[in-house]
Amino acid sequence: MNYVVPKTALEASKALVQEGAFALAGGTDLLVKLKTKFVSPSMVVDIKQVPKIMGIEATADGWWIGAATPCAEIVEHESFCKDWPGVVEALSLIGSTQIQGRATLGGNLCNASPAADSVPALISARGTCIISGQSREREEPIEKIVTSPGVTALEKGEFILGFKLPKPQSGTGDAYLRLIPRSEMDIAVVGAGTTVSVDKNKKITSIRVCLGAIAPTQIVLDGLEDIFIGKEPDENSINKLVSIAEAACKPIKDKRGTIEYRTKIAGVLSKRTLTIAYERATNH
Amino acid sequence: MSKTHVATHINGDSYEFLCNTQQTLLDVLRHELDLKGSKEGCATGDCGACSVMMDDRLVCACLVLGVEADGKKIETVEGLSTGSSLDPLQQKFIDLAALQCGICTPGVLVAAKALLEKNKNPSEEEVRFWLAGNLCRCTGYDKIVRAVLEVAAEARNT
Ligand SMILES: Cc1cc2nc3c(=O)[nH]c(=O)nc-3n(C[C@H](O)[C@H](O)[C@H](O)COP(=O)(O)OP(=O)(O)OC[C@H]3O[C@@H](n4cnc5c(N)ncnc54)[C@H](O)[C@@H]3O)c2cc1C
Ligand code: FES
Ligand code: FES
Repeated sequence: MNYVVPKTALEASKALVQEGAFALAGGTDLLVKLKTKFVSPSMVVDIKQVPKIMGIEATADGWWIGAATPCAEIVEHESFCKDWPGVVEALSLIGSTQIQGRATLGGNLCNASPAADSVPALISARGTCIISGQSREREEPIEKIVTSPGVTALEKGEFILGFKLPKPQSGTGDAYLRLIPRSEMDIAVVGAGTTVSVDKNKKITSIRVCLGAIAPTQIVLDGLEDIFIGKEPDENSINKLVSIAEAACKPIKDKRGTIEYRTKIAGVLSKRTLTIAYERATNH
Repeated sequence: MSKTHVATHINGDSYEFLCNTQQTLLDVLRHELDLKGSKEGCATGDCGACSVMMDDRLVCACLVLGVEADGKKIETVEGLSTGSSLDPLQQKFIDLAALQCGICTPGVLVAAKALLEKNKNPSEEEVRFWLAGNLCRCTGYDKIVRAVLEVAAEARNT
């Protein structure tokens, strides 16, 4: 196994084009796969010295989060935590303190697990990612990246350089909840990320709910605008949200939960995240 | 296969070593540098027995490649004591019998020290969450948590 540490994005792409090359960010997925012989890379490309890939900063229109920034560093950024508390809730759930010291958003996305915690929150916040390749950079919505479990839409030689999140307009709130069988260190049975914005009269002006672990990829719920826009949430609209969430589920059955259980929980977490996000939006 | 040359700082001393790219930092510490304080409980990031600091962040040494240590600052349990005088956490773990078999202890100590450097006055809940990635099969955690809280309280009173 060769190991290279490219100093530029182009060098990284050139290395990643080669057969059997894998990007290495925090290694919390990749090293486990190496150990269990799930993958045997011919080359590991440590992307952490590529310019802009480490660190989080406010930009003119929002936030830049370098794809290889450890979650522990993102969580320490006070004004980011104020802007996107739901995203921070989601990435704080990834593993333990030790895992947080290394785990990255780029790795969480590109590992392409349906249960990845940060992904529904980033999608609900309408995040995009900047993809670096041999001949060009492109920007894509985050929901376009994972195509099926373990598979991404990245082309050969491409990698994620970083994520862009908008500056939340006033009256915006987000929230993330996941259910696991124990209180820490487990894989989501269901994860739900919700972002809503409200006007001065507390009426909803935009809403986005994204669910994880209920289908082969993260699912953005459809048809919520007709139900919520221009209104305050009430029992009737929330019941409709629960039905839409349940109908979107195509979950697997495993030791963490049956299909019926996951489906039920998807409804419950959609409702709860909406309640929290709405509360945050009205106080923002 | 040819080995890679790595230059790093461990517990304040410079080290140079050759390792193959598959070796983890934990393999290197234990097998190349004879620093056997960090333990291997699982090798997959679940147990925390291999906890070390890398550039001031708490990480699992089993999930870091040895070659990634190049140019980094590493701190392990061996760096906690100064000569024969133990770190207050080490002494408190002995006084309160916060260890039995001791396999988890080096990782717990490194993790607890990282917490106290960040937070001088952690609540019991904060200690338990911070140490959730350090599994102990023996003590039932209570004495560990109490030891960390007592060291924090004593440090605030001196
Ligand atoms: C004990 C433990 C607990 C965990 N708990 C959770 C949890 O609760 N929730 C959760 O969601 N995950 C969890 N994980 C999984 C893992 O920590 C996360 O998915 C993490 O975010 C991966 O990031 P990384 O930087 O470590 O990825 P890496 O291991 O470095 O990379 C993962 C994959 O993505 C590719 N990759 C990495 N960065 C990029 C990039 N910028 N562009 C293109 N490809 C890239 C790599 O080639 C590799 O295939 C856990 C893992 C462990 C070991
Ligand atoms: S040996 Fe590293 S976490 Fe268990
Ligand atoms: S003392 Fe034995 S595992 Fe903790």
